[in-house]
Amino acid sequence: MRHEIIEKNVGLMAVLVLVVISFGGLAEIVPLFFQKQTTEPVDGLKPLTALQLEGRDIYRREGCVGCHSQMIRPFRAETERYGHYSVAGESVYEHNFMWGSKRTGPDLARVGGRYSDDWHRAHLYNPRDVVPESIMPAYPWLFENTLDGEDTPAKMRTLQTLGVPYTDEQIASATSDVRGEREITALVAYLQQLGTVLPNSAKSP
Amino acid sequence: MNTLWGDALSGFWSAWIIVITLGTIGFAFWLLWANRKTDKRPDADGTVETTGHTADGIAEYDNPLPRWWFQLYVATVIFSLGYLVLYPGLGNFAGVLGWSQEGQWEKEVAQAEQRFTPIFEKYQEIPVPELIKDAEAMQIAERIFLNNCAICHGSNAKGGYGFPNLTDTDWLYGGEPEHIVATIENGRNGLMPSWQQLGADNIENLTQHVLSLSGQAEDAERADKGGAVFGSVCAACHSPDGTGNQALGAPNLTDETWLYQAPGQSLADSIRQTLRNGRNGHMPAQAAYIGEERVHLVAAYVYSLSQPAQ
Repeated sequence: MRHEIIEKNVGLMAVLVLVVISFGGLAEIVPLFFQKQTTEPVDGLKPLTALQLEGRDIYRREGCVGCHSQMIRPFRAETERYGHYSVAGESVYEHNFMWGSKRTGPDLARVGGRYSDDWHRAHLYNPRDVVPESIMPAYPWLFENTLDGEDTPAKMRTLQTLGVPYTDEQIASATSDVRGEREITALVAYLQQLGTVLPNSAKSP
Repeated sequence: MNTLWGDALSGFWSAWIIVITLGTIGFAFWLLWANRKTDKRPDADGTVETTGHTADGIAEYDNPLPRWWFQLYVATVIFSLGYLVLYPGLGNFAGVLGWSQEGQWEKEVAQAEQRFTPIFEKYQEIPVPELIKDAEAMQIAERIFLNNCAICHGSNAKGGYGFPNLTDTDWLYGGEPEHIVATIENGRNGLMPSWQQLGADNIENLTQHVLSLSGQAEDAERADKGGAVFGSVCAACHSPDGTGNQALGAPNLTDETWLYQAPGQSLADSIRQTLRNGRNGHMPAQAAYIGEERVHLVAAYVYSLSQPAQ
C-alpha cells in the first residue's frame, strides 16, 4: 500500500481528485456540445433585437431570475399552466441562460403574448395594482430610466462571437434602436417575445 | 421542425458515454474487490496486520470492511447496472422499458384527456344561458377564470384601470354569449387613435363635450363648440349621440363607466389624456391557451356574472 504518496502530496491528490470527478462530466456534459438537440436552434428562432437584448439585461440586473424560472418541465401540471415544455433548441442563442431554479413567482418561459403590454407596465409599476395578493416588488424606476444604447453594439458583437447570428446592420443600428427608450419598454419587449417560437398550446406540441 | 426531444447521438458519442459509464462502474467494483480482506485473525505470533499508517505512534489495523458496508456497495453496483438496463443512460440505448420524459408526459396528458374530455364535451353541448344554471360547471369555469383571466380582470372580475369590469351590464364588444365567446377566443384590440393633431383648443372643447354627454360638463360653451368636432371626428365610431358601437368596441360615452380613469385622476383629465394619446387596450386571444371547450365554459362564467341572481 502506497497511500502515503498521495496522502502526503496535496497537489497530486487534488489532481487525482479532479481526474476522478471529471468522469461524470465527461459522460454527461461533454456529449451535449456535440448533439444537434442542444446546438441547433428550433425553427424560427431569432436573436433578440437590440431593444429586447437591453430588456434582457434589465431582467438580469433586477434579479428577476431569482424568483422566476424560464424552464417548463415535461409534466402535465406545468404544460397545462405554462404551455409546451421548454426544449434546448429554444435557448441556443442564450448567453448566459435565464433558466433559473426557483419559482417564488410563476415560470416565464412562455409569458410572451400571454398578457397585454399595458398589463405588464401596470404590473411592473406596482404589482398590487393588478394582482392584489402579489408579493413581487415594484419597479417604478424602470419608468424613469432611459437607455443610451452606448454598450448595445458591444454586447451584440460579443454575442456574435459566441455564435449568435447578428447581422452587421443590426449591430450598426443598435444604438439608435434603443437610445431614448425607457427601460420599461425594453423589459416589456423582452418579456413579450419569451417562448413565442414554439406553439403555445399544451395540446399541439 | 427539428426533433424537439431525443435526437440520437452520433455513434462515437454514444460509445463514449457507454465506455465511460460502464468503465467507471467496473473500476469502482474492481477497486472494492482488489482491496477486499476477509481475514481479521491475528497471525501465529499474535500480531495483527496494519495499514502501515501511523499517527503519533498509533497504528491503523488493516481490518476487513464492515460487512453491511461492503454489501451496500455491491448493492449500489447491482442497482446501477439494473437501472442502465431498464432506463435510458447508456448513449443511444433506450433501455428495455422504453421510458422517456416525453413519453411519460404524453401518457399523463392522454390519461387526463380521457378523464376530463367527456366532462368538457358534455358542457360544450349546453348553450351558455342554460350552462350558467349548472353549479358544478360554474365551479369548474370559475377555476379557469381565476387561472387565466383574473390576472387582468381581477379575482372578483371587477377589472381595474384599463381592464374592463365584467360584472356590470356595460359591454365594449357586446355581452351576448356569442360576443363573449368571440372576445375570449380571438382577443380584442382597442383602436382609439391619438387626436393630438386637432390642437389643444379642440381637445379641450371635445373633453367638455364628452363630459356633457353624461351631464358633467364644466364649461357649457366649450361643450357646445366641441359638438361640431365630435360630429365630424368621433361620431364615426362612438355614434353621433355618443352611445358607442359594440361592433368596433367603441365605448358608450353617455354612461357612468370610465375604463381609463386612473385612481385619483379627474374624469376631465382622463378624457384629455385619451384624446391626446389614444388608447389601445389589448385582450390577448385565449383559444390557443385553453382550447375551445374551456372558452365555452369560461364564457358562460363571465356571462353569469352580469345576470340577475338565479
